[in-house]
Amino acid sequence: MNWLLGLFEPGHALGLLALDPPGWGGPLLEGLLHTLEVAAGAYIVGTLLGVLGAFGKLYGGPLVKDIAAIYTTAVRAIPELIEILILYYLVPDMVNKVLLSLGRDRIDLPPMLVGTIVLGFVLGAYMTEVLRGAILAVPHGQIEAGRAYGMTPLQIAWRITLPQMLANALPGMANLWLNLTKDTALLAVIGFNELTETSLQAGGTTKAFMLFFTAAGVLYMLISVLSGRLFALAERRARRGQPSLRGGGV
Amino acid sequence: MTAATAQDAPQERNGTARPGSRAEAIRIDNLHKSFGDLEVLKGVSLTAHEGDVVSIIGGSGSGKSTTLRCINFLETPTSGKIVIGGEEVQMRADGTPASRRQIEHIRQRLGMVFQSFNLWSHKTVMENLIEVPVHVLKVPKAEAIARAEKLLARVGLSDKADVYPAFMSGGQQQRAAIARALAIEPRAMLFDEPTSALDPELVGEVLGVIRDLAAEGRTMLMVTHEMKFAREVSDHVIYLYNGRVEEEGPPEQLFGDPKSDRLKQFLRTVG
Ligand SMILES: Nc1ncnc2c1ncn2[C@@H]1O[C@H](COP(=O)(O)OP(=O)(O)OP(=O)(O)O)[C@@H](O)[C@H]1O
Ligand SMILES: [Mg+2]
Repeated sequence: MNWLLGLFEPGHALGLLALDPPGWGGPLLEGLLHTLEVAAGAYIVGTLLGVLGAFGKLYGGPLVKDIAAIYTTAVRAIPELIEILILYYLVPDMVNKVLLSLGRDRIDLPPMLVGTIVLGFVLGAYMTEVLRGAILAVPHGQIEAGRAYGMTPLQIAWRITLPQMLANALPGMANLWLNLTKDTALLAVIGFNELTETSLQAGGTTKAFMLFFTAAGVLYMLISVLSGRLFALAERRARRGQPSLRGGGV
Repeated sequence: MTAATAQDAPQERNGTARPGSRAEAIRIDNLHKSFGDLEVLKGVSLTAHEGDVVSIIGGSGSGKSTTLRCINFLETPTSGKIVIGGEEVQMRADGTPASRRQIEHIRQRLGMVFQSFNLWSHKTVMENLIEVPVHVLKVPKAEAIARAEKLLARVGLSDKADVYPAFMSGGQQQRAAIARALAIEPRAMLFDEPTSALDPELVGEVLGVIRDLAAEGRTMLMVTHEMKFAREVSDHVIYLYNGRVEEEGPPEQLFGDPKSDRLKQFLRTVG
């Protein structure tokens, strides 16, 4: 073990990664934490928007359908970097307009919150399409059985449609999550100190760009691998009741 | 077309005479249904009294499934009257139900069995059986489970409680679906061709279960292509042709001495 710790001594190149200053390990981990926080928050926001969007597109009235269509079309057509920049200035502005109209004072929104809302809003459009397809793949007869037995539309959505569509949706949802964790890097342009921004700073200060970008890359990769495992587990659970294709023989 | 009235004379079934004046479980009057411009039901009337087995037969596209599905509003009738257990369904002028609550309440008392089973595939057989009792009818879970175990024993699936539907044969799935319908303690059961999605060798086990239900005096409305079976278990048979009741009556009469040429022709083609 000692040789390993030795690598992180001050003086050694890797010493720059030490947790205590002048090492940048602490700030990097903090950046990683911010990345995870913003990604998790945006994923929740985006999934909620996606559920609304998907059910709205499928079962909503004409107005709801139109709104959902404009939302998904526009968001998916514009580069995310542009959207982030637009929304970064738009969201705080709108929040403050609402606050002022309520007779409250202006507030400064923390970048973390703005980032979460912006990324969640963008993700919601993609999530809408993933979930919509997954809902359409739920066998209609099973939904009809719910209706035939007097379940309410909400019970059917919650107890039949959602659990069934999950199996269809999880691969797509996993993809969106992986993209999202990387898209958080776009928030560097608005100065949010997530992992990428932090490694830029570390590189700029120490000139050891290669080291810090590699470190950031490894951390992104860890997120990806570990969360991929979790999604695989979740998918297996959601697919309970479906005979596996392996071992099917045919 | 006249409403069904053939219940005045006592019926013989399984050796038991039945009294003539039993309450009406299901009555539909002058039911119309159009899909767009296509008028599928052109004034269908029928009555099933408590304890009756009523079979609906007829050619493909004659409106059998649509009639059955209108009863619990899986299809919205265009016009007509539907009375379930003496309770008339409130409909607006365009046939849509006036109260979703009422429809849900009525559905909770009608056990529907589908041609393609439609068990919930993410739930085990036991979970399928207790889903509606526990979450819709608010029966305590332990009680629902105890009841479901008895029902599974009845349909010969005691060993399948924890199995997911996809791992069972069609016949087993349909028997589980019948148990699911029984689990709500329905006033009446609706069957839409319960055996026509099954391999021939699996038909018998499902018909056996339905036969037992008929023998215990369950009210059942059944769309079927199994003429022999319909003749054996029914109290009353309705022949639909092109969206109308062409002929109806007790099975001996309908199968033994059909009046309408179309029915005669139909019976010849189905053997
Ligand atoms: N949802 C629908 N939209 C349009 N037309 C429909 C719909 N459902 C049924 N139909 C039409 O209504 C007619 C009656 O259909 P229905 O399913 O009631 O017939 P059926 O007697 O049950 O026939 P089968 O023996 O083939 O099951 C058919 O012409 C069918 O094509
Ligand atoms: Mg049919």
